Amino acid sequence: MSNETIDLKTRLITDFHAREAVMNGEASSEFHQKKRAGLALFEQLGFPSIKHEEWKYSNVRDLISVSYDFNAESSIGLTELEDLKVPEQEANILYFVNGRYNAELSAIISPVGQITISSLADAYKNDPAKVASFFNELTKDANDAFTALNTAFAQDGVFVHIPDNQSVEHPIILRFVSDAREKNVGSQPRNIISVGKNAHVKLAEAFRTLGDQRSFTNAVTEIQVAEEANVQYYKVQNESENAYHIGTTQVRMLDRSHFYAGTVTLNGKFTRNNLNIVLDGEHCDAHMYGLYFPDGSQHVDNHTVADHQKPNSESNELYKGILRDKSKGVFNGKIFVRPDAQKTNAFQSCKNIVLSPDATMNTKPQLEIFADDVKCSHGTTTGQIDEEALFYMRSRGISQPEAMSLLMFAFCADVVSQIKIDSVREYLENVITQKLASK
Amino acid sequence: MRITFAGNYHELSFKYKSVMLSINDLRASIEGKEILKGINLEVKPGEVHAIMGPNGSGKSTLASVLAGREEYEVTGGNVVFDGKDILEMAPEERAAEGIFLAFQYPVEIPGVTTINFLKTAVNEIRKYKGEAPLDAAQFLKMVREKAKLVSMNDSLLKRALNEGFSGGEKKRNEVFQMAVLEPKLAILDETDSGLDIDALRIVAEGVNSLRSPERSTIVVTHYQRLLDYIVPDYVHVLYKGRIVKSGPKELALELEEKGYDWIKAEVEAVG
Ligand SMILES: Nc1ncnc2c1ncn2[C@@H]1O[C@H](COP(=O)(O)OP(=O)(O)OP(=O)(O)O)[C@@H](O)[C@H]1O
Ligand SMILES: [Mg+2]
Repeated sequence: MSNETIDLKTRLITDFHAREAVMNGEASSEFHQKKRAGLALFEQLGFPSIKHEEWKYSNVRDLISVSYDFNAESSIGLTELEDLKVPEQEANILYFVNGRYNAELSAIISPVGQITISSLADAYKNDPAKVASFFNELTKDANDAFTALNTAFAQDGVFVHIPDNQSVEHPIILRFVSDAREKNVGSQPRNIISVGKNAHVKLAEAFRTLGDQRSFTNAVTEIQVAEEANVQYYKVQNESENAYHIGTTQVRMLDRSHFYAGTVTLNGKFTRNNLNIVLDGEHCDAHMYGLYFPDGSQHVDNHTVADHQKPNSESNELYKGILRDKSKGVFNGKIFVRPDAQKTNAFQSCKNIVLSPDATMNTKPQLEIFADDVKCSHGTTTGQIDEEALFYMRSRGISQPEAMSLLMFAFCADVVSQIKIDSVREYLENVITQKLASK
Repeated sequence: MRITFAGNYHELSFKYKSVMLSINDLRASIEGKEILKGINLEVKPGEVHAIMGPNGSGKSTLASVLAGREEYEVTGGNVVFDGKDILEMAPEERAAEGIFLAFQYPVEIPGVTTINFLKTAVNEIRKYKGEAPLDAAQFLKMVREKAKLVSMNDSLLKRALNEGFSGGEKKRNEVFQMAVLEPKLAILDETDSGLDIDALRIVAEGVNSLRSPERSTIVVTHYQRLLDYIVPDYVHVLYKGRIVKSGPKELALELEEKGYDWIKAEVEAVG
């Protein structure tokens, strides 16, 4: 096993150097220097084992035991997208297939003056210095092997810049499709989003898979939220039984800004989401909502960080899960309140329904508070369906399965209702209703 | 000869039909402890039976067993409702057959609105009976009428079921649900407790307005007050898991006056 581990790591490092060798002058660019630093960090850290405290309950052994084609071509077109039955509304929709932007499938409708929106590769071609200056800025201190790996290999993704005072009318929807119909595929999208002062935007990342081979997605999104900006950011994962997903969203908020995150894991073999929010401003509020439904032998791990660095800000977090069969769930929520961050309010809650004796949920709130005038609370619950409620509903004529799904849907409702992009919320309501009814 | 036979037959069938609920030597336990120790009771269509008795005597247990709560183990006897043995039925089947339990302690269900809950219930019961579901307009019209009947505030219908409802609002919601579902047999478990005097009257009027020659009611209560409004045909005293005394409506007055000691004494004397 350890040989195989070395294999994937070595293979990636070799691949990096091979690409570098044919880069000519580009190798000395700022962009590439950052990638090289990423590779060096990845080389030093290696893939984490369960001895690593951040990976104690999430074992990547299985994920790294095979190889993936990170440059797989795909013939995917509109017909295949039909199969994925994705809802549409008027939105900027960008498709990424196996990690690369597909202009044919995409539609950018917001007026050019309102926002800059393009693939990262195109943005880099147009303005290398600008892209390089944003790239890896928020994640530069991350001591995480997967983030470093993404940095080393980042090729494509989205680059969004919203100028000050712009309210973007149409949401931005990023659809990442892994085409795993023929072989194991890997992709490492990198999204860079910079939201100007007092600008408003809603965006969503949706991850899907085609085919039964393995897919490995290692995604990183960096979001800059300037003063008074308002950002709604959703991540929806509805991938295959053979999909491995590791993702980091790194956010930096400045004074009086608002940030809402919704992370919903509907399906996927192995999922690890890191959501790290640095509240680097006063009177900010950060909201984190999460929902997950693992079944079979699926594994869903959510790690979140609310890092309060300045006074008078608030973070508010609610994660919920329904676990079936032999599935595993992990929640680790860190709240840091730095010495300067007086009058911080930080709330965290994680609630789970475990429907099978073989399913497990590990929850770990982690509060590190270095200021004295703060309000923090956290709580986790893990339980079964409320039998009293079930009997009450059945005594009114509602069948047992219907009562179960009503209760479970109600359990999810306060998270789903937070999703403010209509087509995304309606999609979730449909998929969740089906999911809850099918068992 | 034939005519006599036919007459007998008719009489038999009439008698059979005229019993809605028949409880025979019903025994039930929870966690190995026997709570119901042989209950016998017959309820005919249109009748109102009051069940009284000291705290902990098994009144709510009886109500729950009739509604099908699975925590209780039925260890003996049978229950026939409308000619069907109901003990093997799931709670939702019993509800669809026409049994309704107004809970002593209604359950709070966050995230499910009262109106949605009831719509699901109504349509699930219609499905059971092979009827088409009510559309939104039909349902709303019906619900508005019934809400008026028990002076149920519209805003409560839109809120999560019983969540944060006052004690009285919860009880009123039970009677409202009963009015919507129109059961053949309503079992009211201390629906009067927690109601103010006006609410008690409104709720009782709601119950009475549903009374008909085909519908029956079992009223579990500690107080004569409710029975002033919902006048029972029979009063039973449940004590230590048995019905130890039955009588006409005057029995309730006697109990209110004298308490239970004399009945307990009678029971102990018999052994
Ligand atoms: N889940 C349970 N576990 C153990 N004992 C129970 C349970 N439910 C009921 N009992 C016991 O059964 C007995 C009868 O309870 P029940 O609630 O039926 O009484 P009741 O006549 O309705 O009383 P009250 O007038 O106080 O409502 C009591 O001694 C009670 O403690
Ligand atoms: Mg009781």
